[in-house]
Amino acid sequence: MAVRKSLLSQLKGVWVPAIVIIVWEAVVRAGWVNPQVLPAPSAVLIKWYQYLMPLEAYDPTQGSRLAWYFSGELVRDLWESFYRVLLGFVIGAGLALPLGLLMGASKHIYDYMNPLIQVLRPIPPIAYIPLAILWFGLGNPPAVFLIALGAFFPVLMNTIVGVRAVDSIYIRAGKNLGAGSFLMFRKIIVPASMPYILSGVRIGIGTGFICMIVAEMIAVNNGLGYRILEAREYFWSDKIIAGMFSIGLLGLAIDTVVSRLNNYLLRWHRGLE
Amino acid sequence: MAEQAQIEIRHVSKVFKGSGQDVVALKDIDFNISEGQFVCLLGPSGCGKSTLLNAIAGFSLPSEGSVVVGGHEVVEPGPDRGMVFQEYALFPWMTVEENITFGLKIKKAEPHKIEEKLQQLLKTLKLTDFRRRFPKDLSGGMRQRVAIARVLALDPPIMLMDEPFGALDALTRRSLQDELLKIWSDLKKTVVFVTHSIEEAIYLADRIVVMSYRPGTVKKDVHVEIPRPRNPADPDFNNLKRELSQMVMAEQNRFEQATLGSTGD
Repeated sequence: MAVRKSLLSQLKGVWVPAIVIIVWEAVVRAGWVNPQVLPAPSAVLIKWYQYLMPLEAYDPTQGSRLAWYFSGELVRDLWESFYRVLLGFVIGAGLALPLGLLMGASKHIYDYMNPLIQVLRPIPPIAYIPLAILWFGLGNPPAVFLIALGAFFPVLMNTIVGVRAVDSIYIRAGKNLGAGSFLMFRKIIVPASMPYILSGVRIGIGTGFICMIVAEMIAVNNGLGYRILEAREYFWSDKIIAGMFSIGLLGLAIDTVVSRLNNYLLRWHRGLE
Repeated sequence: MAEQAQIEIRHVSKVFKGSGQDVVALKDIDFNISEGQFVCLLGPSGCGKSTLLNAIAGFSLPSEGSVVVGGHEVVEPGPDRGMVFQEYALFPWMTVEENITFGLKIKKAEPHKIEEKLQQLLKTLKLTDFRRRFPKDLSGGMRQRVAIARVLALDPPIMLMDEPFGALDALTRRSLQDELLKIWSDLKKTVVFVTHSIEEAIYLADRIVVMSYRPGTVKKDVHVEIPRPRNPADPDFNNLKRELSQMVMAEQNRFEQATLGSTGD
């Protein structure tokens, strides 16, 4: 009974997209819109498949079949984009986390750093593009710089707030059980602020993802962002849309992984019952 | 040894400097607690009983006077004075097992000793089936058992308890009181227990220190001679309860008048 119910409610979610696709296909086939402006979903799907598959036929002398499957343009773009966003995020969050912990825990460090942070924080990472290209040229470095910047501030701000919000009763309990400052930090302050830190991580990776697409449109010549801009040059609107859906799916995949990680790390937390 | 003062509270005063006038929370409190004694600090809210407990724990030091425990002046919290908080204060990100062994791991005890102690505490406090649960999955009574086990793990000579059963329902409360008495008599701990419940104080304590409201002073120091297990329906129990009620009510009235009076100006 329960299974049937959940299947039914999942089916509900299929209707609206199905209708949208059917109407869309019908509108294009009826010739009401120029297919150059809005290609039919079937055309997008065909292009998507071509974008996914390698251009040359499989040649056993060149390597395994699996390697051949992964040599298509879409797979390479996905990998490039994913690698870039991951590297940028790791650098940005990797710098923000220790700084945030220090700023949250020490009033001194907070007072020294806060004015600078408050001035830099409202500048959208996108505004760093000219400087990024000036400093790092073209290619991966400016892109990774922008992504790191996009991830940095959300993680930093949430970490500061998280550390400051640690209930003093945990600190007192820790002291009473004999914890010194290092253990207090590692075993009490960091885990207690984890809910805040992780919501910063989720926002940070989202911002990093946006920065990744923008950076690829401007400074890099591969990746999903570059590909849809390139497709525009050739008026391949079907490939633009296929690329957009690919971007969406990559974003969804990353968010799902982060959300799973979040649920695992916060399995002790009241809010997640 | 039995009559040796283990906790000496020497002319302790505590003043909280506020934005308006200073609040004298404790004024010249001076008494000793001997080893193995079960002492209840009783009084209305705001009388400074928790402040005194925090001074013994070392969380907040007295403005004047000193607290001496085992011959050493208290300057900081330490595992020799295990504290059980009203709000449990379990670490929610740790399982029952991790909470209980936290102090032992800090002390770098050997793994088999930790496991042995853990098994024993889980058994004593009836937590064996819950060792891998997180605090969020436990009832209030269970949580407080874990908090007691966490403190007992370090085998402190003194247990400080700040209204530990205040948030529990009556039945759970009674069963935890009984368990605490059993632990206390088995392990020969000194217990300083803060409560505003007169019945709880009489049920548990060897000695009840009744505190007055602002400034917090010792109003009366009562030795409870009723043999254990005590029965709240017993006439002696009720006589003492009546006597203490009058005292505490008088303080409560003073407190209410003071707060009502201060809203006038």
